[in-house]
Amino acid sequence: MSAARDIAVVAYARTAPGTVTGDLSEVEMVLPVLREVLGATGLTTDRVGFVCSGSCDYLAGRAFSFTMALDGVGAWPPIAESHVETDGAWALYEAWVKLLTGAADTALVYAWGKPSAGDLPEVLTRQLDPYYLAPLWPDSVSLAALQARALLDAGVTDERELAATARRARVGGPEAAEPAVLPLRRGDCPPVTDGAAAVLLAAGDTARMLCERPAWIRGIDHRTEPHALGVRDLTDAPSARLAAERAGAYDPAAAPLEVAELHAPFSSQEVLLRRALRLGEGVCVNPSGGALAADPVMATGLIRIGEAAERVRHGGARRALAHATSGPCLQQNLVAVLEGDPS
Amino acid sequence: MTHGTQRAKEPVAVVGVGQTRHAAARRDVSLAGLVREAARRALDDAALDWADIDAVVLGKAPDFFEGVMMPELYLADALGAVGKPLLRVHTAGSVGGSTALVAADLVAARVHGTVLTLAFEKQSESNAMWGLSLPVPFQQPLLAGAGGFFAPHVRAYMRRTGAPDTVGTLVAYKDRRNALRNPYAHLHEADLTLEQVRSSPMLWDPIRYSETCPSSDGACAMVLTGRTGARRAPAPPAWVHGGAMRSEPTLFAGKDAVSPRAGRDCAADVYRQAGITDPRREIDAVEIYVPFSWYEPMWLENLGFAAEGEGWKLTESGATALDGDLPVNPSGGVLSTNPIGASGMLRFAEAALQVRGHAGDHQVPQARRALGHAYGGGSQFFAMWLVGAEPPGA
Repeated sequence: MSAARDIAVVAYARTAPGTVTGDLSEVEMVLPVLREVLGATGLTTDRVGFVCSGSCDYLAGRAFSFTMALDGVGAWPPIAESHVETDGAWALYEAWVKLLTGAADTALVYAWGKPSAGDLPEVLTRQLDPYYLAPLWPDSVSLAALQARALLDAGVTDERELAATARRARVGGPEAAEPAVLPLRRGDCPPVTDGAAAVLLAAGDTARMLCERPAWIRGIDHRTEPHALGVRDLTDAPSARLAAERAGAYDPAAAPLEVAELHAPFSSQEVLLRRALRLGEGVCVNPSGGALAADPVMATGLIRIGEAAERVRHGGARRALAHATSGPCLQQNLVAVLEGDPS
Repeated sequence: MTHGTQRAKEPVAVVGVGQTRHAAARRDVSLAGLVREAARRALDDAALDWADIDAVVLGKAPDFFEGVMMPELYLADALGAVGKPLLRVHTAGSVGGSTALVAADLVAARVHGTVLTLAFEKQSESNAMWGLSLPVPFQQPLLAGAGGFFAPHVRAYMRRTGAPDTVGTLVAYKDRRNALRNPYAHLHEADLTLEQVRSSPMLWDPIRYSETCPSSDGACAMVLTGRTGARRAPAPPAWVHGGAMRSEPTLFAGKDAVSPRAGRDCAADVYRQAGITDPRREIDAVEIYVPFSWYEPMWLENLGFAAEGEGWKLTESGATALDGDLPVNPSGGVLSTNPIGASGMLRFAEAALQVRGHAGDHQVPQARRALGHAYGGGSQFFAMWLVGAEPPGA
């Protein structure tokens, strides 16, 4: 939906793509990106109106893992703060709502994930229906392969398009063609990446004061599909399209979309989302490399918003779309539309 | 789009409240069945149906308690959320309160008209005490459960204030008696005597068995809406007069674990929003997150109902009993019902029931303003709201 108060991304930072952090703790991973966005705006934690983060205990392997990351923020004196147990894109959404209420003028949003600590496809089986699906341990790559097979069978795509999508995302060696779970090959699947990201949001004149070219959030919305894969059309993502519509992506009066950052960990999902979101040939998709280049789970979606904002703030784009997802085979989808002031 | 202009926030009304029957193990329902029971009751209370709900905000404590990672994904269908926004919050023990506040913000910001918010825990799926005992290398061994963490803070409170060691048992006895009036409460110990509380086994000195919260299966749900929705509601709503969250780090030099500053700041913010200057006199009923009996006097001071060092006297005087002048936890509180992720929302919901006059046998007569309070982590995450029988500013 569009809002009564203008809210913008004014700063963004992420850890280097393709990193595996080994023995770094979550706090050590988060601290540099937090310092970077605060430094870029000259703010300090005690001058930020609201703080919200996204992460997941199942990646850390311990309960309340987010409480330690709070040490990276420096929550003293005490701060107005919240946390979502999902991708940081939803933390940004919660912060956006908080700014809309007028209770705060700035918000610090951050997210992190350290999937290298475990076997991610196995860990993600734990987010499936605990009675009928999780006991079968269907891993995330196999589920994505089912979806890719459905897309191929429906004639929506072919293996050549999948391979081209994978190639565009990153420089792949000969191993990219090796089978993962067919029809997906290793190049169609995300690498194991640890990482963190931070975004600073600000409202109205505060945003203009904090940076030269704010990336205004013209709309943001998220929707969910049913959980059970058997009741979904796996070749489409109607919830992503609905979120985009509600976020104003198809506003006929607006400037055309130039850039889209799609949270598609698998090449097949990028192909699906381009179609589901009706992105035309003129839209440059995933100039950052997308989730296929780096997938620090729980930060990957927030990074899409940050990267889209970067294209608006520094890349000369007038209008960009960012997408984030959560759950098996694109179950939940969030879309934000970002715009720069006319130059 | 207009620049620089800002409409006032939409007033938020609680028009539906529902909770499950709470028990040590609800083996009769799945996770979906549990949340559905609370959500359906909240919808019925508001005379609404699933189609009337614009968005769902769900909260619970650690996912390890049930062994389901991000269970909101699996629960999307049961919560009628398909095609709608579904947001998951997790702020440790305060999560039930935080979740309600996030939902309230969606209405206040006019993002959505009517929102369903729900929190749950099905603790019988695992062992919560060991779920709360972090493994090496995250923490030193033998810190068994939350009681092991909080007992030294209780001991520090007793040393600091000189409170007689009988006060904790008074709280436990009062809350368990109050629970007898609440049909949804987990513990109904009709024959419990004060002497039995006093002689119950010592678990984490000075916390005895009967001064400890149970481990429960349960869920709580509320329907929140704006002025238009409130006008259509079949029963009087509870209006949100103020709400806030505050956090501080788990451990740091100079932290006051007995009366954390984050709790004091959070209460001050809520009182400022609600125009409360003397909480003791202006608030009629209080639902505080008291998982161990001594936290009643401790939080009474932290929340400004008693001067520093005086909270235990308020408890000892009987003021916090159901027939006292500041009834605390008339529902029986966390000491009688504790599905951890839902415990905070139960405090918020019970406060709403009080000002709506819907609290049944544990109703505080003429309650016009009530406080709901939740805390979590190492006494570091706080969420509170103040609700009233009248719209804010009326």
